Amino acid sequence: MSTDTVNAAGIRPLPTARRKSWPAGWMEPLRQGLIYPALGIGGLLAVWWYGGWIIANNDDLYAFADFAPGPTFAALYQMVASGAVWDPIASSLSRVGFGLLWAILIGVPLGIGIGYWAVARQITHVPFQFLRMISPLAWMPIAVLAFATWDAAIIFLIAVAAVWPITYATAHGVQKIDPLWFKVARNLGADSPQMLRRIVLPAVSQDIFAGIRLAVGVAWIVLVPAEYLGVTSGLGYAINDARDTLEYDKLAAIVLVIGMIGYLLDAVCVKLIKRTSWRQAD
Amino acid sequence: MNKHFLQIESLAKRYPQPGRQADITVFDQVNFQMDRGEFVCIIGHSGCGKSTILNVLAGLDEASDGTVIMDGKEVKGPSLDRGVIFQNHSLLPWLSALDNVCMAVRSRWPGWSRSKVREHAARYLEMVGLKGAEHKKPSQLSGGMRQRVGIARAFAIEPKLLLMDEPFGALDALTRGVIQDELLKIWSRTQQTVFMITHDVDEAILLSDRILLMTNGPEARIAESVKVDIDRPRDRATLHQHPGYYAIRNHLVDFLVNRSRELQGAKIESPRSDAPVQPREVNPVAESGGRPLGPRAVPASA
Repeated sequence: MSTDTVNAAGIRPLPTARRKSWPAGWMEPLRQGLIYPALGIGGLLAVWWYGGWIIANNDDLYAFADFAPGPTFAALYQMVASGAVWDPIASSLSRVGFGLLWAILIGVPLGIGIGYWAVARQITHVPFQFLRMISPLAWMPIAVLAFATWDAAIIFLIAVAAVWPITYATAHGVQKIDPLWFKVARNLGADSPQMLRRIVLPAVSQDIFAGIRLAVGVAWIVLVPAEYLGVTSGLGYAINDARDTLEYDKLAAIVLVIGMIGYLLDAVCVKLIKRTSWRQAD
Repeated sequence: MNKHFLQIESLAKRYPQPGRQADITVFDQVNFQMDRGEFVCIIGHSGCGKSTILNVLAGLDEASDGTVIMDGKEVKGPSLDRGVIFQNHSLLPWLSALDNVCMAVRSRWPGWSRSKVREHAARYLEMVGLKGAEHKKPSQLSGGMRQRVGIARAFAIEPKLLLMDEPFGALDALTRGVIQDELLKIWSRTQQTVFMITHDVDEAILLSDRILLMTNGPEARIAESVKVDIDRPRDRATLHQHPGYYAIRNHLVDFLVNRSRELQGAKIESPRSDAPVQPREVNPVAESGGRPLGPRAVPASA
């Protein structure tokens, strides 16, 4: 009986052995790069389609049937074909871009400071953790009062949301720097600016990008509710507008666009992290 | 008095002890000299302050007392005149082997063109047998190869004094032997002045002209300066057949096993009361009269 199970299980190791013997090994990348993601996307679409089917067949919810994949993709096609989709994307991306820029300009030096000096870390710990836990949207009324334009207020909210991941990822990277590298640099006669440029920045660049990756996620999430208020452009506004005009297919199409752009932004960050990574990939 | 290339005078290091009035003295009355082109090893048990002496020479640490004079000038702070090879390769992991060396070369000669810097760095990498591995990152190199890059980096800046803190301590015995040979080769070619910390008696005999012996800390001293009277070039494979080899080796082992402890904190006698206390000069080869000794001639503990 035991030999039976071994034999039955013996089928499983076979592909491994065969895969090794194929010099090109083309099946595995194909699987990982195409088949597995396709399965994931297919699963999501199936759930969406099933949800749409339930809504369409429910008398109470019938009015929302346009949320289903069919009408959504039709609306998306129309928006892309007419070019109407690009304006809100451009305004949203520029807000996120400026917000992130401010967050990087503030967060990276701040992170290097609190990573390098233990005293700075201790002094800032309580206030920063306190501020970090406040939802950026809670600053909305203050931002609206403090800034002359809605755009500036939204950029401020995004920067407030994005600055913490960048600061703390940078600080974490700085704390991990091998003190020996400073010794080497000092022995080579490096002064503080050179130390920063030659040791600190290259050592923590991958941590900075990891922080930016987290920040992009948070910023992209904060963006949409921030654009519900005041402004008359951007993806958040477009969603709100579609809701008011009961164009649920368009609304769902914008949600789709938001998800896709978020995915692309994240992929860019992953590329940058890989690019700057020097730690052994093990 | 003849001027030596490097003069260390009454060097001392003390640390304040928490909760006590008196400072703890790691070492004091450290006096020694080195000539240009000399290879000197220093041996002593952990805690005697060898690394602190090296760091003071490098300008990375400050002594509590005493002075270091190199080439007629007092040593203050780090300088490219003094290169250091640390125990752990200390390469920057985001730079290739070549770029690690280039960075040092550039800081030594900021006016050099890019191609001249690369050429110079590549020559030193070739010297340590790393031709072909220039563009690899430290993570792609073995421990021995990393240490070779460290050696190439230190030699490439052509410092007046090269300081090595147990450079082969983290390597396996086989690799260590190979790299010792490389080091000897480069050293004989460049006539670099070297000050090196080691725990390995055989390594010290193979490499150095003179071996400084430190007593145990705290209150460590340099008790003896042992001349390694064996002709160069030396060969690792046949070194132990040299008639004087065991005379030196036994002397060193005896010191480490017995006298380093007995002499701890003891005043070392000075020929003149006003002269700084100098380590006793010993030449075991001459004292043994060239009579070959066996490996078992270590005197038992008194």
